[in-house]
Amino acid sequence: MATIWVPSLLRALTGGVAEVNVPGATVREVIDALEVSYPGLKDRLVQEDKGMTRLKPNIALVVDGVNSRQGLRHPLSETSEVHFVPALSGGAFAVLDSRL
Amino acid sequence: MDTPVIEKKDKEKKVDYKVIGTRPIRHDGVDKVTGRAVYGADFKLQGLLFGKVLRSPHAHARIKSIDTSAAEKLPGVKAVICGTDFPAADNKLEATGEGVVNFSYLSRNIIAQDKVLYHGHAVAAVAAINIHVAEEALALIKVEYEVLAPLLDVREAMKDANILLPEIRTNELGASKGDKPSNVAEHLQHKRGDVEQGFAAAAFVVEREFVTGTVHQGYIEPQNATALWNADNYLSVWTTTQAAFDERRELSEILKKPISEIRVTPLEIGGGFGGKLNVYLEPLAAMLSKKAGHKPVKMWMSRDEVLKATGPTSASYIKVKMGADKNGKLTAMQTFMAFEAGAFPGSPVGAAAGVIFAPYNCENVLIDGYDVLVNKPKAQAYRAPGGTNAAFASEVVVDELAAKFGMDPLKFRYINGVQEGDRRADGPTYARIGFLETVQAAMMHNHYNSPLPAPRAPHLKVGRGVASGFWFNWGGKSSATASVNPDGTVNFVEGSTDIGGSRTGLAMQLAEVLGIRAEDVKPVVVGTDQVGYNDATGGSRTTFGSGWAAYKLGQSIQAQMKERAALLWECKPEDVTVEGNTYIQLREEKSITFKELCEKLDDTGGPMTASSSVDTTQFGAAFATHIADVEVDTETGKVQILRYTATQDVGKAIHPSYVEGQIQGGVAQGAGWALHEEYVYSKEGLLLNASLLDYRMFTALDLPMIEAVIVEVPNPGHPFGVRGVGEVPIVPPAGAIANAIHNAIGKRVDVLPMNPRNVLTALGTI
Repeated sequence: MATIWVPSLLRALTGGVAEVNVPGATVREVIDALEVSYPGLKDRLVQEDKGMTRLKPNIALVVDGVNSRQGLRHPLSETSEVHFVPALSGGAFAVLDSRL
Repeated sequence: MDTPVIEKKDKEKKVDYKVIGTRPIRHDGVDKVTGRAVYGADFKLQGLLFGKVLRSPHAHARIKSIDTSAAEKLPGVKAVICGTDFPAADNKLEATGEGVVNFSYLSRNIIAQDKVLYHGHAVAAVAAINIHVAEEALALIKVEYEVLAPLLDVREAMKDANILLPEIRTNELGASKGDKPSNVAEHLQHKRGDVEQGFAAAAFVVEREFVTGTVHQGYIEPQNATALWNADNYLSVWTTTQAAFDERRELSEILKKPISEIRVTPLEIGGGFGGKLNVYLEPLAAMLSKKAGHKPVKMWMSRDEVLKATGPTSASYIKVKMGADKNGKLTAMQTFMAFEAGAFPGSPVGAAAGVIFAPYNCENVLIDGYDVLVNKPKAQAYRAPGGTNAAFASEVVVDELAAKFGMDPLKFRYINGVQEGDRRADGPTYARIGFLETVQAAMMHNHYNSPLPAPRAPHLKVGRGVASGFWFNWGGKSSATASVNPDGTVNFVEGSTDIGGSRTGLAMQLAEVLGIRAEDVKPVVVGTDQVGYNDATGGSRTTFGSGWAAYKLGQSIQAQMKERAALLWECKPEDVTVEGNTYIQLREEKSITFKELCEKLDDTGGPMTASSSVDTTQFGAAFATHIADVEVDTETGKVQILRYTATQDVGKAIHPSYVEGQIQGGVAQGAGWALHEEYVYSKEGLLLNASLLDYRMFTALDLPMIEAVIVEVPNPGHPFGVRGVGEVPIVPPAGAIANAIHNAIGKRVDVLPMNPRNVLTALGTI
């Protein structure tokens, strides 16, 4: 199962747990699985926009050390490591590459 | 000193390139040195009107009324606009190429609505037959203000005694913290391990507080824009920008106009450094053009306006605490960082949080960052945004910690330095990086192994300091097209504004693939309706990201050329191989050069074009380590840099001269930030030094030759190993110079700039 690193500001929702292993073939499935165990987490990570569910624009997705451009569609393996990194404006390009 | 030796990995063995690594003359060189290159100031259209902006004389005030009637009646005035002429932009966060942007804030920064939030905030604008009439008209606009108390200090603003924007609640990763208005727009946090346990395990702990001032990018060319809102509703804008496509999007959102009706053409640019990623004058010129009856309107800022009203980078307050065990290994790293966002949310504190401990491997990390509103211009990106502030703080603490162990400061960095597989503070692991190689290069350099010069007088003290730095770099999206000419040259059309020689750097990558000379590729930078989408020239991404587009373009042309050769030889394309610039059919011992094949285009199918679009991700992070020697005058507090060496992992230097230029430029800006530059405000919030006479930037006369040492640890995420190089060189200078000053005088200066006043304060003489 993929390993999800829970951002520190969301750990109140996981009882302080920083790393979680949950099943899922994509980031979308993993977030859905997280929501079952930790209600409220999904709402902090995704939003509805023009009829689509996507990561919030101020959250960047990093999978296996690489900034993802696939967002919720990003496929995961059993050994994948998933990070949700906070992103701010002001030219912080490298931590902003999250979409859909 | 024992210098560790790092073995190169097999896959990193030297590759013999023909074009890459050489130093051809830049394609735009003649136009630039003869003055023929077209900058914004040179651009003209028939029937031009000239626009000027009325700016706020207050740092914080409510606009009670604006009366433009007298200005409108002045002969020669063609249009007057104020905030009410603009539609309300959507109050939503969107990821653009520049970063996360709230278009409502962006629009209200362009021109004030109900409140002015900084000295110089635009209030109204005029278009007239000439600039003098426009200026006269400005004086006729009557604005009634209710002046409010300004907030000018980040820590004061965090107390929330006065509120700048009542709608702001502190955001914590997707949720508001409480329901009270706050000047703290964002709180971010990275946390790994347990810092309390880490500090308990430390043999030594160092904790310090730092304050850094507001500084400007200092590009030479002021903001300017010419706009024509045509009668057919099509808007054309010619401007100085790092991000034509982002500007098109911003204009679309601010003017509520589809992007299909907007064309942005980037003209030559006289520097940007992150300060030209967003619109300022463009929407004003567009609206004036529309209101003036579809006449073209040209606007440009004075230096005073540039300093008052465009984005500087954040002042900050940073507290750093680091501990290490008896072997000098780091056990805990903690920081509190508060960055001024200016009048609207969006400081670079997020990037600063990623930079501050990036060079160091430690299991226990806690980083808290705060984005704080104050009555200053909205902060914008400035070369490795937030990185200089952050590394100034952490590198001074690292230096002091190394001294606690009596350890050489570079050795301390080496034994604690990150390498491939180590974790960043925010969790993800590093790919192949070259931090240790930069430390090693500094250790081995003649500079570090030479004695300091003897002081020239008793009151002159000399010292040496080192510091390291990190920048993420970026990949982003790029598009390009090419057409092959019968004479063996290739026209290369791209959309990345050329700031640091990127035309040539990209042309060289295309030439390398095709086995032709860089001079045989003819690059041109075009606007938003002439090439596919390109992200900004920023984030140290262009040579990497647009380089990928050039590489793929070369592959496409090469594949087509193989097909053409196969047609000539009546064989299959797969029977054709390529060596350098030569296409070969081994079985029948036939060969033809690229140029010869180009001459036969008409006989083999006619014109040949190619296009490529890429969305790149595996940009390699950049690290640097710097050495500074300084002389401190203990009577005046003046600091003179005597010698400076910068080592940097650049992945692969496409054009070494441009890489060296980026390193030297970054150091020069970082040194100015360290020693001179600072916005000075009155207690009323008025900017007192809005000229380059009083806002003191370094010139060539102030600096020694900056020695750039290129370290090449190829980025496995790029076909030629490229890493971005433009930003990381500004990260270490403040820390290196601060450590050198301490080495010279035995006192810490924990305030930027380390100008004579602050040096003498540290010495206790004032």
